Amino acid sequence: MTRDIFETRSVTRRGVVKAGAGIAGAAALAPLAGGRASVRARQDGGGDIVFLSTQLTPIEEAEAFRGEVLSGFEGEVEFVPEEIGPFNDRVSAEAEAGTGEVSLIGGQHGDFGSLAEQGLLMDLTDLATELADLGIVEEYLDLGKFGGEQQFYIPWMQATYVMAARREALEYLPEGLTEETLSTDLTYDQLLAWITAINEAEGPRFGLPAGESGLLHRFFQGYGYPSFTGALNTQFTSEGAVAMWQWLQGAWAVANPQSLSYDQMSEPLRSGEVWVAWDHTARLIDAARNSPDDIVMFPAPRGPEGLGFLPVVAGLAIPASAPNVEGARALIRYLTMPETQALTLEQVAFFPVIEGELPGDLGEGIQKEAGAVAATTEDEQALPSLLPVGLGDQGGAYNEVFRNVFQRAVVDQGDIQEALQTEAVALQEILDATGASCWTPDPESEGVCQVG
Amino acid sequence: MRSTTGGRSSCPLPSAPFPLSSVICRLTAELTLKAHKLGWAPYLLLLPSLAFLAIFFAAPMIQAFGLAFQNGDGEWSTVSIRTMLDDAAFWRSLRTTLLLIVLVIPIQFTLAMTMALVVNAKLKGSGLWLYIFAIPLGISELSAGIIWFAIFTERGWLNSFLEGLGIVDRPIIFLNYQEPLLILLAIVLAEAWRATSIIMIILVAGLQSIPKDYLEAADMLGATTWQKIWRVILPLLRPSIQVALILRTILAFQVFATVIALAGRGLTTLSAESYRWYGDLQNSNVAAAYASLILLLSVISTLFFLWLVPANQDRV
Repeated sequence: MTRDIFETRSVTRRGVVKAGAGIAGAAALAPLAGGRASVRARQDGGGDIVFLSTQLTPIEEAEAFRGEVLSGFEGEVEFVPEEIGPFNDRVSAEAEAGTGEVSLIGGQHGDFGSLAEQGLLMDLTDLATELADLGIVEEYLDLGKFGGEQQFYIPWMQATYVMAARREALEYLPEGLTEETLSTDLTYDQLLAWITAINEAEGPRFGLPAGESGLLHRFFQGYGYPSFTGALNTQFTSEGAVAMWQWLQGAWAVANPQSLSYDQMSEPLRSGEVWVAWDHTARLIDAARNSPDDIVMFPAPRGPEGLGFLPVVAGLAIPASAPNVEGARALIRYLTMPETQALTLEQVAFFPVIEGELPGDLGEGIQKEAGAVAATTEDEQALPSLLPVGLGDQGGAYNEVFRNVFQRAVVDQGDIQEALQTEAVALQEILDATGASCWTPDPESEGVCQVG
Repeated sequence: MRSTTGGRSSCPLPSAPFPLSSVICRLTAELTLKAHKLGWAPYLLLLPSLAFLAIFFAAPMIQAFGLAFQNGDGEWSTVSIRTMLDDAAFWRSLRTTLLLIVLVIPIQFTLAMTMALVVNAKLKGSGLWLYIFAIPLGISELSAGIIWFAIFTERGWLNSFLEGLGIVDRPIIFLNYQEPLLILLAIVLAEAWRATSIIMIILVAGLQSIPKDYLEAADMLGATTWQKIWRVILPLLRPSIQVALILRTILAFQVFATVIALAGRGLTTLSAESYRWYGDLQNSNVAAAYASLILLLSVISTLFFLWLVPANQDRV
């Protein structure tokens, strides 16, 4: 297979907006969950299924997924969460050896890119047609084709990032903001004023997931840059970008200095080390679940260009070397069933990828989070971005460019322009090496995306 | 190197300008002597473990070296080594790793020696002490890191304790990246707690193999406790001390999870960088360059300890 499949721009901005709205719609599905999924999927293939995944790697998520979601499947599933590096190595090694143990793989859109490119994924077009009746969001199904005809992965679940605050932080809200208007009006300037006021009275209570496995780079890529510049790579060194990094310098000055060791914000929110935080929905849910009355959740702030946000789609694919293809297909059917989708939301706070209303009773924590997600996608200024597209195994290096600017300009308090200029070279090298064209929020590009 | 057939006498003294050659010379000399006495039986007995080491240690090691000297396309090149040296985190990680070793090893050694003497003193319930001291051995590095994070984090046990006693008004942020020394001290404490017992076990084994006659003789000559430790126990303990130092230093070069758990991105070590290059940046060549550097430093430190604390001290 050639690189061509990535040359086509796979999703239009409009498409993503619609898809993003799918999160809101899907959030309404949630209530179906109620009890355990009682419907058992028919499993045609016998034997164990080894399910390798870059998603649900935190131990709590993996345990909940094994114990509550996979346990409803008829058949033995060995769920193996793995970091992206070993994940890629294992799938490629099994393909090279010509014999494998892994039958099903789960990952983000971007995790499948290079595997699809190398021809290591089975064609799931027929399964996609079969599952179309379930109401899987069409834009997400299209994402799984990487701009071509063949279906490389089936959408599995989705998530995004929101903000959470402890109730005592509301006391320090800047004038003009209330708990209700937080969801519709909060700007980056107001957020800074808010956390600065908290800092003066109570100490550094703003928190960012800047630890080793924290997802802070997604803040720059899907929230900061789009909100301040309306774009990403093409505005990497622009005036808007400088303004964004200046905002971060200000916010970091009043952030808990332990932020560099935070991988997720639930724990610091619960302990009170942090009062206001931004993170992935699955990494905030524990705080909301454990003390729903003490936690408020709301969308990320708006910047000069709008409310940038990042919908994350995870999918399921079958590697070409899979020993139990029928079992894997049965497991995909099971995981995309409305009942299992609702159960997944309830257990690990990843939202369904299917549209429709589902009855039932969800926890208050999930409802709060669903509310914040819906407020994000329904916002008039919503500006959804895609996770990096077409970077293959350079995804980590790409994230590191943003982490490096953060380290130089914010943590080490260096010169912003200097940091941006240095890292812009590295960024262009990565884009050149992979031949990736621009993706939303950047405007479409002829050929390789050019750093601006 | 000189001929080894003449035994020890032909080797240069350890204080000679080339200490390493002296060590290697004496080692080979001893091996040759033993081979004359025992024939090839010992080597046959060593064969299974040699095969194990060759397959699971030597081969991957050679592969790692190979990877370090290749570029992404598998061509021979020093680009991976240069990338490592130019990496913004390289000097920081090297500095932290070396600093940790310099701080941790003397503390651990003093503690372990004390603990070993306590256990060996055959006091009432000394068996119990051995078990208590050995508890951290059963805990993985990451778990130890998380335990100590729970102690030092802002709303952790230490702050609760200090607040409870009225010593501080509001929690102190110990793990503050702006105070790297504080973080380093927290890591040193965690490491000392976690890995002192492995040294202690080796030293206890060494202590128990010291014949009582020597100590009784020292008693008869009127030696004080301190004199017995300094003049009898420590010299006879040399082989154990050597093993413990080598083992502990090699492990210290690999320290990883404790640092990640306590400092996150605030501090970094060589092995953390190796992991980051492999896991996040998916560049196994630069990761192998870091790993090879760790190996090289481990070999150098091993040879250093072989020279510093020779196992067979002639005058004893």
